[in-house]
Amino acid sequence: MSWPALYTQLVGANRHATSLGKIWLSVLFIFRVMVLVVAAESVWGDEQSDFTCNTLQPGCENVCYDQFFPVSHIRLWCLQLVFVSTPTLLVAMYVAYRNHRDKRKLLQVSGFLSAKGQDEELETLKKRRLPIAGALWWTYACSLVFRLLFEAGFMYALYVVYDGFQMPRLVQCDQWPCPNLVDCFISRPTEKTIFTVFMATTSSICMVLNVAELVYLVIKAFTRKSRGGEDISCLTNKNINTSCVFNYMRLMLRSF
Amino acid sequence: MNWGSFYAVISGVNRHSTGIGRVWLSVIFIFRILVLVVAAESVWGDEKSGFTCNTQQPGCNSVCYDQFFPISHIRLWALQLILVSTPALLVAMHVAHRRHIDKKILKRAGRSSPKELENIKNQKFQITGALWWTYMISIIFRIIFEVAFLYIFYLIYPDFKMVRLVKCDSFPCPNTVDCFVSRPTEKTIFTVFMLAVSAVCVLLNLAEVVYLIGRACKRSFRSPEDESKLPWISQRLSTYKQNEINQLIADHSLKSKFTVTKKSPAERGERCSAF
Repeated sequence: MSWPALYTQLVGANRHATSLGKIWLSVLFIFRVMVLVVAAESVWGDEQSDFTCNTLQPGCENVCYDQFFPVSHIRLWCLQLVFVSTPTLLVAMYVAYRNHRDKRKLLQVSGFLSAKGQDEELETLKKRRLPIAGALWWTYACSLVFRLLFEAGFMYALYVVYDGFQMPRLVQCDQWPCPNLVDCFISRPTEKTIFTVFMATTSSICMVLNVAELVYLVIKAFTRKSRGGEDISCLTNKNINTSCVFNYMRLMLRSF
Repeated sequence: MNWGSFYAVISGVNRHSTGIGRVWLSVIFIFRILVLVVAAESVWGDEKSGFTCNTQQPGCNSVCYDQFFPISHIRLWALQLILVSTPALLVAMHVAHRRHIDKKILKRAGRSSPKELENIKNQKFQITGALWWTYMISIIFRIIFEVAFLYIFYLIYPDFKMVRLVKCDSFPCPNTVDCFVSRPTEKTIFTVFMLAVSAVCVLLNLAEVVYLIGRACKRSFRSPEDESKLPWISQRLSTYKQNEINQLIADHSLKSKFTVTKKSPAERGERCSAF
């Protein structure tokens, strides 16, 4: 179970996302997860072994490292990515629940169909893409809000724990058992600063995409309200065919 | 065999779970196994090499590390996750057993076409009867294992907080020696996180137990003469018998339309006797 498995889950859940949502998923996996795995983890790989303090006192390095790095950047980013990906699964769960409910209704209503016709209808139900309206709109909007909260929360935590996004070259430590004040040197500070700024930037881009998606959803909801309901005028025509009846049935199912 | 293949095995059980069961499975895989693999394992990666004692006495480091860390947190969590996920396989075994019986009944009824066998494979069973009991037992075992591991954790590491310094005086360390643990704060953060998610999982399991009991009570009060209260196998046999009877009726009605049937001797006899 690793990043590829999470990716498979999210891609499946993303079928019902807007285009901005799909862009967000690509940015997440290409610019954040992949960069984390391929580059950032090797930059932070020797963070403790190469953390050198100007003392021979055993234990001083451990203690000073622990004081200045309560949580490593890499772990914070991993947790951030896991938490930020999870609200999409809320939407997937709701879609699964809707499909289950609609399947039951369809089986009740379409008793007059042949077995083959029923199978076809069930297949279309499984493969259809639900429009983002009604309860699905609210679930999707909630998932966006949660994503924003998690992103902002983790960014803020990183900023607070490390006093900004810059990694210093030297920290001064006087924790026991270090004798007096001791200079400790961090390994690869510039490279770490570059990657921290990069990850913070992509995080902000993702937040902007989420805000844009939220605004888009709100606008879509307002335009849909002003446009009015769906047109099923085929029912008023004299030649009512089976596809018209099925559309009517689907509309009724959706409105429950 | 690694976490990936384990995931493939366990997620097959998902089809026969309740909604809460599916949420529980997602929490296990995303917030526990995934976090364990991508984050926690690297925090504990250098736990032995970064464990430094204030002495040059050879062997003291190893002995003190062994005294204070009889089993690493990571190994405890891996064992906990394996044991907690495994009762779900009980349900999978029961479902496989039912499918096997279904196949046998079909074969006896002479309807073992590939399409019917496919239908059996894709069939979703209702959680009633013996399957309800199996499911309930699997959830109870899950709860027992979770709580047992939480207790073992508490026994070995009484404080959930990881200390920075431990004082060790086992042979061959001379007198009492200060030993320093690597990354104690980060380890505390992850320990608290994993314990919190473990508690959430226990709550989800309890909720699932309550839900299943509620559903069973509702079912028994709603229709006391419901056919679904019969054992599953009796229901299956009666369905197939009914289908067989229907099939025979259909065949007979077709036959009588197109062929001249030979009258049985009894019938002929009766006719003759009527004259």
